[in-house]
Amino acid sequence: MMKDIAQVIEDTAAKLLKIAATKLPTEVKESLLKGEKETEGALGKSQLQAINENVSIAEDQSKPMCQDTGLVSFFVKVGDKFPLRSEVKTALIKGTKKATQNVPLRPNAVDMFEGNTKNNVGLRGFVPWFYFDLVEGDNCEIIAMPKGGGSSNVGKMKMIPPGKGIKGVKEFVVEALAAAGPLACPPYVVGVGVGGGEDMCMNLAKKALLRPLYQYHKDEKIASIEKELLNVLNKLEIGAMGLGEGPSVLDVHMEFAARHPASLPVGVVISCWALRHSGATIDNEGNVEWHPH
Amino acid sequence: MEFHLTTPIPPKKLKEIKIGDIVYLTGTVVTARDEAHLKALELHKEGKKPPVDFEGIGLFHCGPVMKKNEQGEWTVVAAGPTTSARMEIFQDEFIKVFHPSVIIGKGGMGERTSKACQDEKCIYGYFTGGAALLAADRIKQVKDVFWLEELGMPECLWVYEVEEFGPLTVTIDTHGGNLTDESKKNIEANKEKILQEL
Ligand code: SF4
Repeated sequence: MMKDIAQVIEDTAAKLLKIAATKLPTEVKESLLKGEKETEGALGKSQLQAINENVSIAEDQSKPMCQDTGLVSFFVKVGDKFPLRSEVKTALIKGTKKATQNVPLRPNAVDMFEGNTKNNVGLRGFVPWFYFDLVEGDNCEIIAMPKGGGSSNVGKMKMIPPGKGIKGVKEFVVEALAAAGPLACPPYVVGVGVGGGEDMCMNLAKKALLRPLYQYHKDEKIASIEKELLNVLNKLEIGAMGLGEGPSVLDVHMEFAARHPASLPVGVVISCWALRHSGATIDNEGNVEWHPH
Repeated sequence: MEFHLTTPIPPKKLKEIKIGDIVYLTGTVVTARDEAHLKALELHKEGKKPPVDFEGIGLFHCGPVMKKNEQGEWTVVAAGPTTSARMEIFQDEFIKVFHPSVIIGKGGMGERTSKACQDEKCIYGYFTGGAALLAADRIKQVKDVFWLEELGMPECLWVYEVEEFGPLTVTIDTHGGNLTDESKKNIEANKEKILQEL
């Protein structure tokens, strides 16, 4: 019997949100464990130990690792020959409501005028937020990314004078992280988007967080800036939970777009230690392949 | 140093503790966020007493997720700390009036709270941000709840019996020390240095 593909998408979305909320991507987990091992100060060590213990309880008990289960967004790539189009969106919204009940996720979608919607879906059609892309082939790839409020509050965007060049970009990233300081549950993972427009740089910065840790940009020039920033940002000595000991930043990822000659937009999106995302690919018959997590 | 404290905590014991020490708390801890602070202080102004005696116990900045089990008893689902900075505007008065021993939260607190902690003998323990399950794991019993109807689940007073609740990093002690302030100053100084070297 043909599978109901809309139903498959809905169930997949709900499950992806559950995986994201309860289980850290392997390389993030490993990085935090390594941080605990290498941190010498007792303060930083005890914070990292607490994070790691909490992460392992979450995984064992299938419970959300943090009470703030975030605002939901999906990155979706729809293949030319995938049978559904707009129904993908409808199914992802249904999946979000389902996960809110089943996991459960904390209801985090608040309407400015009507209050909390209680199901993580906004009343005005923008939450969850979708990043859609059209690609070749017959699959549909879905990545769920819930992001906590505390860590979103420290995100920053600036249109810097193009004359300041790449040095200006680096300066702004350093300033953004210094301002974040202890506020958003460090150690952090940092996404930086450069170019495009004022909106695009933030999108790119967020997307950059999805790249696995320690996988640097394909372009050597960009990779070397990522590594340089990782090094200098750790010299801020924010430390685990902002107490000055242990890693401040686990990794920095950058994406560049072309820019207008008159502008140099820089977006910085910061993730707390709870960097949550998970993905799956659905083929045109409704078979689901879960991405390694 | 590491301390294992049991409520009610004698002020003499609190004086031994310094910023950077790690504390594990056993005994009574009560949750209170913005609204509960305000309400307790209002009652006090009217000459009335809040339903809980805060003296010598732990005051937890936390809006937990709670669930009733099949027997109709309250259980903790998640109970991570909330950002304490919001309570800075009335924490000092709260400490002066009610004398809790340990304030538990995340992100640290400012000068007014440090001053009150010094004057009244109270410490601030930083619980790891986001570690909601670890916190829930150390809460052994939900002893009582007050103001649930009026303030709602996250804002009301939950009275917990906890065991080895922690690790709590002491960032404010009874001697005027404030570790998060020091850390912020250090970050600022490092930033200036980095910007010059870029
Ligand atoms: S910043 Fe992250 S870890 Fe901290 S409370 Fe928010 S979502 Fe949880």
